[in-house]
Amino acid sequence: MDLLYKIFLDPFVQMGTAPDLLVQTLWEGLVAGVLYALIALGYVLIYKASGVFNFAQGIMVVFAALTLVGVAARLRQWGVGPGDVAAYGALVLTALVMLGLAWGVERLMLRPLVNQPEIILFMATFGLTYFLIGFGELLFGGEPKVMIADDLHLPRGALEFKMLGGFVSLQKIDVAAAVIASIMVAALALFFQKTRIGRALRAVADSHKAALSVGISLEQIWVTVWFAAGIVALATGIMWGARSDVSFALQTLALKALPVLILGGFTSIPGAIVGGVIIGVGEKLGEFYWGPLLGSGIESWLAYVIALVFLLFRPQGLFGEKIIERI
Amino acid sequence: MLYREAGQFKTTYGADQSVFPIRQDRIGIALILFAAFVLVPLLASSFALSAVFIPVLVFALAAIGLNLLTGYAGQVSLGTGAFMGVGAYTCYKLTTYFPQVNIIVLILASGLGSAAVGSVFGLPSLRIKGFYLAVATLAAQFFLSWSFVRIPWLYNHNVSGAIEVPTRTMLGVAVTGPNATPLTRYLVVLSIVTLMTWVASNLLRGRIGRTWMAVRDMDIAAELIGIRLYSAKLLAFAVSSFYCGVAGAIMVFLWFGAAEADSFNIDQSFLILFMVIVGGLGSLIGSFFGAIFIWGLPIVLRAAPEFFGLTIRAATVEHLQFMIVGALIIFFLIAEPAGLARLWQIGKQKLRVWPFPY
Repeated sequence: MDLLYKIFLDPFVQMGTAPDLLVQTLWEGLVAGVLYALIALGYVLIYKASGVFNFAQGIMVVFAALTLVGVAARLRQWGVGPGDVAAYGALVLTALVMLGLAWGVERLMLRPLVNQPEIILFMATFGLTYFLIGFGELLFGGEPKVMIADDLHLPRGALEFKMLGGFVSLQKIDVAAAVIASIMVAALALFFQKTRIGRALRAVADSHKAALSVGISLEQIWVTVWFAAGIVALATGIMWGARSDVSFALQTLALKALPVLILGGFTSIPGAIVGGVIIGVGEKLGEFYWGPLLGSGIESWLAYVIALVFLLFRPQGLFGEKIIERI
Repeated sequence: MLYREAGQFKTTYGADQSVFPIRQDRIGIALILFAAFVLVPLLASSFALSAVFIPVLVFALAAIGLNLLTGYAGQVSLGTGAFMGVGAYTCYKLTTYFPQVNIIVLILASGLGSAAVGSVFGLPSLRIKGFYLAVATLAAQFFLSWSFVRIPWLYNHNVSGAIEVPTRTMLGVAVTGPNATPLTRYLVVLSIVTLMTWVASNLLRGRIGRTWMAVRDMDIAAELIGIRLYSAKLLAFAVSSFYCGVAGAIMVFLWFGAAEADSFNIDQSFLILFMVIVGGLGSLIGSFFGAIFIWGLPIVLRAAPEFFGLTIRAATVEHLQFMIVGALIIFFLIAEPAGLARLWQIGKQKLRVWPFPY
């Protein structure tokens, strides 16, 4: 009986008596969700256009952030302008590196593996993950680095609101992350729906063969999506890097984004955002209000359980394409 | 010339359906078993036994377990490491409660605990398919990893949070614990792995294996010809977890000697998935090849710079090793997506028709 009270009553009483804490928790969940969604977005882009479940997205985030910080430091060393010039120069150069990476992946990995089962492509992205871990550490070293947030003019500090008889504080960087994520999603959705390349991308997603037969270049499309995923990774890397350090530990975030991915559906861009918010808010609420019951640390698997519950009702995720099977 | 079945006539159904219908294969397997049971113990140093042979066998067993599920029944799982952990912790609890029972019996019994947990986490597999299922099995991985840390009962409330393997003897010889020699441990591991591989190969040749393969090839079609999907998939999860559980138990009891929750983390799951894919999906011998390749590659890479007389900093070697392993995985997938087992088959076929091209 006592346990039932603790599960079904106490957390809600707590929410009612301290609404400011509830708002704070909700906000943190929202931010975490948006940041997960950014990573999930990278997965979705690549899965949509090439049917590859790209495990390397997590390490691409780290790699992009490391390149940005490393290149900026090098530019400063060479005496390039004030800090922000070097930072924005590094941003452009990093985008170019991601383009090179996309091209290399297409050329050396995807093209020879055309027409292979999905699991083989999945494993190949594992190889890519290992390669990038080694390559990144070789070039930039394994120690954590500080993101050049100030040079990129990212806001710092916190906004405090007085509401519901208490204080709610929002980190400015979190607000910026939410705004940037929303802009990115909107831009990508427009890109997919309205542009010529976007139409080609959707055609490739539907059927490689049919797309080829109407003259769409698969190579070009793949480079484009991997590049887009690289840019998303760069944005993710900046945001996560500004909140903590830039280190290889960030790649475990990729695992955090997987429940978001299956919850929203592998093929849906809005799904990534909605899934991210559900997972982020669910995770933070669960950890804050129900976590003490089980001992802390339930954050590590709660997201998966939430996603699993949704999947039992919708096996293709909330917004995924309906799975139609034929004999 | 030597490897040819011409002239070997089968006069009974039994002979036709034996595990190794070709005489040369029987001789070959006898030679391999002889080498494994006699030559290796005679020639290998204890370091080689505990650093190379025991790990390869343990991983091969785990890879067979995952291969049953992923390669034969077509259900991708990323929770292998956790299921190995369940086996190890079950064995630890069992030997705590029943210290007098033979440790080998307990190791095999601990697979049952793992099988039970595995079939619970296999429950979503009827609704969820493909990568959605793969990600859903990560729920098992993370939940179980968390339990290994947060449930002190599992590790007998040790302060260190680790499980320490007690000494258990069999016929007066220490089999587990710090006093057991690498040789004894190797022989025990080898016997268990041989036995379980044999069981698996027979399981796969029979009704159950065929059911799994039908489910893998197309589950709706399998359902239409009267296969009960739910029981087939759950059985696959249970048997696979059984194998992984036993592999986990021997990993801790006969190789590590002590383990904590971190030994069964997600990297372990991925490592074994590598072995299965590189070795060949749906092939028992491929599981062995995969284990040898993935475990042996870093050892070779570490030794390589010295061999060529190069001096590279240790950290650089490690980074290069990551890069080379990654590149080699991609290379192997491109060169032979069906895995090392396929190369083995091609080689055998070439031998059969030699000296003719086909």
